[in-house]
Amino acid sequence: MSTTQQAVAIGRGLIGRRPVRRGWFGGVHGADYVWAIAFALPYAAIFLAFVVYPICFGIWMGSSLALYQELFSDPRYLMTVANTLIYVGIGVNLKLFVAFLLTGFFIRKSWWTKALLVVFILPWATPALPAYISIHWFLSGTWGLLNSALYDMFNIDGPIYLNDRWMGLSANIGAYIWKTLPFWTVILLAGRMSVPQELYEAAAVDGATGLRRFKHVTLPLMANLYLVCTLLDMVFALGDFNSTFFVSGGGPAMSTEVLATLGIRYAFTLGVPNLGVATVMSALPVLLPLVILLMRKLRMSEGQL
Amino acid sequence: MSATRAGSRRLHSKLHYRLQRYAVEAACMVLGFVIFVWSLTPIYNMWLIALDSHESIFSGSLYPMAPTLEAFRVVIYQDFWYLARFWHQFGNSFIVGLSVTFLTLLIGSLASFTIGRMRLRQGWLLTNAALMTYVIPASFLAIPMYRIMGIYDLSNHLSSVILALTTFATPYAIFIFSQYGKSIPMELDESARIDGANPMQVYLRIYLPLMAPALVAVGTYALLLAWNEYLYNFLLLSTPQSMTVAVALAQFLNSDESPWNFMMATAIIYSIPPILLYYGFRRYMAAGLTMGGVKG
Repeated sequence: MSTTQQAVAIGRGLIGRRPVRRGWFGGVHGADYVWAIAFALPYAAIFLAFVVYPICFGIWMGSSLALYQELFSDPRYLMTVANTLIYVGIGVNLKLFVAFLLTGFFIRKSWWTKALLVVFILPWATPALPAYISIHWFLSGTWGLLNSALYDMFNIDGPIYLNDRWMGLSANIGAYIWKTLPFWTVILLAGRMSVPQELYEAAAVDGATGLRRFKHVTLPLMANLYLVCTLLDMVFALGDFNSTFFVSGGGPAMSTEVLATLGIRYAFTLGVPNLGVATVMSALPVLLPLVILLMRKLRMSEGQL
Repeated sequence: MSATRAGSRRLHSKLHYRLQRYAVEAACMVLGFVIFVWSLTPIYNMWLIALDSHESIFSGSLYPMAPTLEAFRVVIYQDFWYLARFWHQFGNSFIVGLSVTFLTLLIGSLASFTIGRMRLRQGWLLTNAALMTYVIPASFLAIPMYRIMGIYDLSNHLSSVILALTTFATPYAIFIFSQYGKSIPMELDESARIDGANPMQVYLRIYLPLMAPALVAVGTYALLLAWNEYLYNFLLLSTPQSMTVAVALAQFLNSDESPWNFMMATAIIYSIPPILLYYGFRRYMAAGLTMGGVKG
């Protein structure tokens, strides 16, 4: 199955049910049943041992209410919640909006756009750690590349970016966008390229061209894919540890921490693992609806997986 | 008279149209340039620091003043105490990456075979389990996972990271395999069954060979996931013997006097395998990419 078909499958959701497909001779029996169980066993085992058990363990660790009282009375925690909301809200929505706009650029058929796409993918192929460390030094106040460039070109003394909460937070978000923008652009691009050409032709016959064509053909067909991508990336951004940990390091004075890094900080730097678990668990009211919505959307787009 | 006017108007609109096209083209060029600079700046920065000698890093120049490969030499010959075990750690990273890839492919293809081909009646349980794992952030499970690896007695053993990362990579594998498997006709399985093949033979001789492109895509994904991962490496592997390059790299950050050019040279060498792999298999990656993305 090609990229484009899959993207359309996601984009369209459940238009027209797939006919129910038969399995082997209408079901598995006898010895085959044993084989089927044996094949399913490795994943079941890994799921029980490394997903179910840790989740139960985590719930047990973070079950004391006193932890949450402690958490909510900690100003750092409240700041972290605000940071996380900003991080996820801007990091995801700004990126996907830009990615969507960029699909309009990369869909052009000139040779240099294709060549540029290869360069554009590079941040995605670069491992997270080297990339984020490089961004950290790029923003370094005294001798980082950015401030050197500002000084050499415009004779401006740039600020010490990572010494300020808002600039630090922006740097983390920017780094996250830098790393993941290519990926989502490629996905949305595949979705956009898979819009059947006949639809555009039909629209042209009806007199819809340019902006109207975009509004009445492209947008409605892309909406579902865009929504799934947004939800999925929200979950990824919520759990993103590397960007905050390596770009701003959570500083200055723990003012740019997000939930994922604060949990680890509580557990391993301050040595209160239960508080760390409670920090992460406090995201559940937001995470759970997201997860349920996503599970429904993903399953729907796949029919019967 | 009127003919010339119409002609000039036509000429005028043609000119207008052409000007508009040039303007669009120019705007695209500018945008292209911005994208180019945006994508490459951090990577350029890596090279800039790695190619400088230790003394001139802090000069703040925009290009390497006196480019030298000294830092790469130091890394390759392990000529600095932070890097004393570099190749060993690089080997560890490879072991983790390749094991995660292999296990993900094995477990994922077996599970998708039962769900998609054999149609086990309880298959939906596996499907839901995979979906759930896919949408839970790995970093949220890190603390209990750390404890549990202690209980399993796997701390400071590479297998702890391998198992944890396999757990997070397999759901995506099951997705892609199930999607891709739909394009393989069921009649192939049935004719093999009539010829007396048992499920294992169908899996080995029909399912796996026909799934090759999907296997390549998911394998690349799994290796990139392992290579991107830091938190689990850091929590579960702390002895010099078991450490991977990711943990060693982050150690540089603990000290204020670190030689950054050595660190960046290490970072560049560490980045090369996944970049090569990605560009080598980019054609295949497209087959699997759309399904929903890669867990960060």
